[in-house]
Amino acid sequence: MNTSQQRNLIQKAGFGMLSVVALLTVLPIVLVVGYIFYQGLPAISFEFLTGLPREGMRAGGILPAIVGTIYLTIGTAIFSVPLGVAAAIYLSEYAQDNLLTRLIRLAIINLAGIPSVVYGLFGLGLFVLFLNFGTSLLAGSLTLSIMTLPVIISTAEEALRAVPQSFRVVSISLGATRWQTIRRIVLPESLPGIITGVILGLERAAGETAPILFTVAAFFLPRLPDSPFDASMALPYHLFVISTQVPGMPLKLQYGTALVLLCFVLGMNLLATTIRSRARAKRQW
Amino acid sequence: MVKISIEHFHLTYSDGAESLRDITIDIPARAISVFLGPAGGGKSSLLRALNRLNDLADVRSVSGQIRLFGDNGQTIDILDPQTDVVALRRLVSMVFARPVTLPLSIRGNLTYGLEVAGMRQNNLLGEAVERSLQQAALWEEVKDRLDEPAAALSGGQQQRLCLARSLAMQPEVILLDEPTSGLDPISTSKVEASLQEIKNNYTIVLVPHSVQQAARVADHAAFFLQGELIEAAPGPNLFINPTDKRTQDYVEGRFG
Ligand SMILES: Nc1ncnc2c1ncn2[C@@H]1O[C@H](COP(=O)(O)OP(=O)(O)OP(=O)(O)O)[C@@H](O)[C@H]1O
Ligand SMILES: [Mg+2]
Repeated sequence: MNTSQQRNLIQKAGFGMLSVVALLTVLPIVLVVGYIFYQGLPAISFEFLTGLPREGMRAGGILPAIVGTIYLTIGTAIFSVPLGVAAAIYLSEYAQDNLLTRLIRLAIINLAGIPSVVYGLFGLGLFVLFLNFGTSLLAGSLTLSIMTLPVIISTAEEALRAVPQSFRVVSISLGATRWQTIRRIVLPESLPGIITGVILGLERAAGETAPILFTVAAFFLPRLPDSPFDASMALPYHLFVISTQVPGMPLKLQYGTALVLLCFVLGMNLLATTIRSRARAKRQW
Repeated sequence: MVKISIEHFHLTYSDGAESLRDITIDIPARAISVFLGPAGGGKSSLLRALNRLNDLADVRSVSGQIRLFGDNGQTIDILDPQTDVVALRRLVSMVFARPVTLPLSIRGNLTYGLEVAGMRQNNLLGEAVERSLQQAALWEEVKDRLDEPAAALSGGQQQRLCLARSLAMQPEVILLDEPTSGLDPISTSKVEASLQEIKNNYTIVLVPHSVQQAARVADHAAFFLQGELIEAAPGPNLFINPTDKRTQDYVEGRFG
């Protein structure tokens, strides 16, 4: 065997190994999703998705949990998106590189590393007790917002920074102000990236249990919340409850609930991916 | 008639090196002035000072005086921190070496400067689009595709679009920093032809990409070397009959 054949062989072996590793990382995801679909699909019915829980949650539907999670996601978006995007615009477009902005960035990075149960405890202390919002959608949305903010700020800032500097220089040279440049050029260009970051942040919020544990979640509340000050059921917490706290729970209801949560989160993910790939296809510079 | 008067202008970047030293020169109105010289001479820095784009760069200090004599009889002190830079940039527009089209349609690029200045009337915007494209010799090529993305144009077309984008605002001065450095000879001659066309109505300051180009278009030429203005002369004098040895060496291609 000559050296070039040898090299070829090594290359082939290397590629082979890499594809095996790549497959191995995909495998658990496929298994989890597949297993939950397999176990949960039989539970899905019109009543399951649109009905109230009955017989101590052992029968009926999970509508209050679905609606609760949707409300929480919307509430989180209302607080975290404007604040997060505004902060990102400040950091990327206006802030100079000085001690203050370095401290802000450090704070954001550290905020992202705090365990979610700590956010839950903080939300309990600040929103539920001190501000007296009670166990409510409002308190839960605010808690989830604080948890989501670092994700939104960092991804939005990254998206803003990805806009070529030359666009800003040209816009300014044409007599635009800084704000006009941001509004007419920088924001539209970075919007797909910002939206992707927002969705990924909200997706994480929608799936979290710990932050809502002390701030919103009702163990069993067979009606829909009708004000921001109401407590509510929510999918992740409901899943926790029916998996560990209720004896004699039919297994398929647990997997059915998990499936609904999974679809909710995967749906958001799909939306983010679609927006990103559409924007990439449209971009021409 | 003098359009811009530069007196004892110094410029220092934040690394401490003085990039322009004691520059004094008058830029004539309604003519093409060229700034030429080897790399690093400070031509771009001086150009950027004229519409305060240096504000975006890492400049430590400037001194001296640069005055613009507006068509309306007003004199603008360009370096004065109180000067309204947005208004200044509408009078003194810049075309860069690399054509940067904004991520908008062809039409959107052309109307951008007018729209940010507050113009909303569609008929006026439409007139500006056609007029500026005609002046930049681009109208015939793009008149049927004004709403397509500007980025879809060829490099040469994009550079003429950038020139048209400046012209659309009807500035009084147009600065061009090596506008043809990335273009083929045909696109280059189109750009040069439109500069000849418009110079009756605009004051043009050009950093050429070669001595040949400078000689072709200059009504007035200035030679810069390492931050200093060596020599300035009207018409072809600088090329035919340079007084300084260094100018002569440069225009005859002995260095740079
Ligand atoms: N943004 C900047 N920050 C720091 N120094 C700069 C900056 N821009 C230019 N300089 C320095 O100023 C000097 C003059 O640069 P300038 O770009 O004005 O020269 P130029 O004559 O346009 O050269 P070229 O022909 O290469 O374009 C150079 O020494 C350069 O290193
Ligand atoms: Mg230059």
